[in-house]
Order: sequence, then structure tokens, then C-alpha cells
Amino acid sequence: MSVDLDDTDRAILRLLAADATLGAAPIGRAVGLTQPAAWRRIRRLTDAGVIAGRRVVVDRAALGFGVTVFLGVRLAAKGRIDLETFERAVTAIPEVQTVQHVLGRFDYRLRIVARDIPDFERILRRRIMTLPGVGQVEANVVLSEERRPGPLG
Amino acid sequence: MLDDTDRRILRHLLADPQADNAALAARAGVTAATLWRRLDRLRDRGVLQGTEARIDWRALGYEVQVSLRFTLDKTEPRAFDAFTAAARDVPEVTEIQTFLGSVDIRLSVIARDMAHWQQIWRDRILALPHVTDIEPLMLVATIKDTAELAL
Repeated sequence: MSVDLDDTDRAILRLLAADATLGAAPIGRAVGLTQPAAWRRIRRLTDAGVIAGRRVVVDRAALGFGVTVFLGVRLAAKGRIDLETFERAVTAIPEVQTVQHVLGRFDYRLRIVARDIPDFERILRRRIMTLPGVGQVEANVVLSEERRPGPLG
Repeated sequence: MLDDTDRRILRHLLADPQADNAALAARAGVTAATLWRRLDRLRDRGVLQGTEARIDWRALGYEVQVSLRFTLDKTEPRAFDAFTAAARDVPEVTEIQTFLGSVDIRLSVIARDMAHWQQIWRDRILALPHVTDIEPLMLVATIKDTAELAL
């Protein structure tokens, strides 16, 4: 069951997607609503699961994590591997931020954050290549990244 | 420049971005005043860049999510700029990454259903400029998604 949005809802979502700490008062002023009316709309979007939480954005390089790598992983002998065992093991690696099960040339997509290339190599050799069932792996180092507002325009 | 207290605060903040300041201060073992001051300083230095709301596109009826990996024509000097500008014009694109590796650019694209996906694919994706190869990975499930760092 999906939620229907009007233009005001979309404007609110655009504002919160840029800054989730905005309160109902500044949101209301920006979209032409009173504070309680804005609050009710934000509440409705949250209750409906459209606003699904928050993401803190940090300067990873300033924190000493200079390398982000996207990894495509193909499992070796398909059908004979317990996916849950693989997923549990890969999820437990602290440097792995994202694990997605996909269909296509790879079975899983991973996002890995490392301090530098030698640190990434260590994670790849000691943590990833030793995972149960892991087969072919392809690494691509992220040079730049941007998030788009999506279909809220 | 960052000390252990900063790192501890950031670790707890990244682990639970929903936590209010009182909970965060308690977990990091600092007073509310210290937490406030430290967060302020991290923001001033540009280490903390902001907090975004996460939008669940599925709740808005977007059931399909595809990761598209592109190889571009490197003999064309403007390929990256032209491709990126065109990709930004597609409303269903939610992420753009450029890479060093066998893939040049990746897009996250969402669609309401397979019919909608087919329409985006034909009308928008195949029209993107300077592409030599496209490889789609269709999302089945997100098992883990966090901004946490091994601080």
C-alpha cells in the first residue's frame, strides 16, 4: 500500500532529505503552513514509513577513511551454498557498510570503507576472500559520489 | 585533531542517528554540555556535514531498484560531464558514483514496477550519451545499510 503525496508533501520531503534536523516551524514557513499543520504532515509521512530514519553525513576522509570501494561478489558453487551463512558473515565485517542481494552478473553488492588502499587490500584478503562460498570478486574504487533528490520534483 | 571523545561521540551518532542528545551523551559518557560543544566543533570543522532524512521509496510505491553500471567512451573528452549532466535530469536516478576500475559510472535508479522500469530504460537510460556498455543489477534485498565507520 503506497502513500499518495501532494506538492506540499513533496516539498517537505525535499527539505528533510537535505536536513532532517529542521523542525516543524521552519518547514512550515518554507512551504506556507502553520507549525501544527507542518507537524501533522511530517508525522503522517513518518508513520507511513516514507521518512524511514536518518543518515548522518560525515567527511570520511577527514576521519581517516580515504577509500570507498564498491565490490561485486559472485558466489562460487551456486545452489550448494547457504546464503544465510554468507550474509551473516559478510554483515559482521565492520568495514562493510552496505550488503545488497542482487540479480545479474553478481550475487551481492558491497560497499566497503577503508583507511587507504593497503587497508582495503587487507580487508579484501583477510575478510572478503575468506567468506564462505565467495567466488569471483570485482572491485571499483569510488572517485566521487552524489545523492539525488529522486522523483520528488 | 580528533581525540578519543570525538571518535566515541561519532561512533554512537553513526550507529544510531535517531538518538536524541541526552541518549547520545549518556552512551558516549559525556555531559550534555560537552556533547553540544563537541558536535558544534565537528560541524565547524566540516567533519559533520549534516543529517539527511532517509526516504523509503518502497513506501511511496517504487518497488523496483536497479544498480546500473556503465562503461563510457573514453575517446570522448566530455563523456563524463555530458553523461553526468544527462543522468541528473532523470528524476528516477537517486545516486551517481564515478569509479576508478572496470566500471566508470554507477547509477541507482528506482521505478514503480517492471512496466515503469521498461519505460525508463528505453526512454531515458538508453538515451544517455557516450555509453559503450551497460550492466544492470536488480536489487532483491538490502541486508545491511549503515553509515558506520570502523572508528
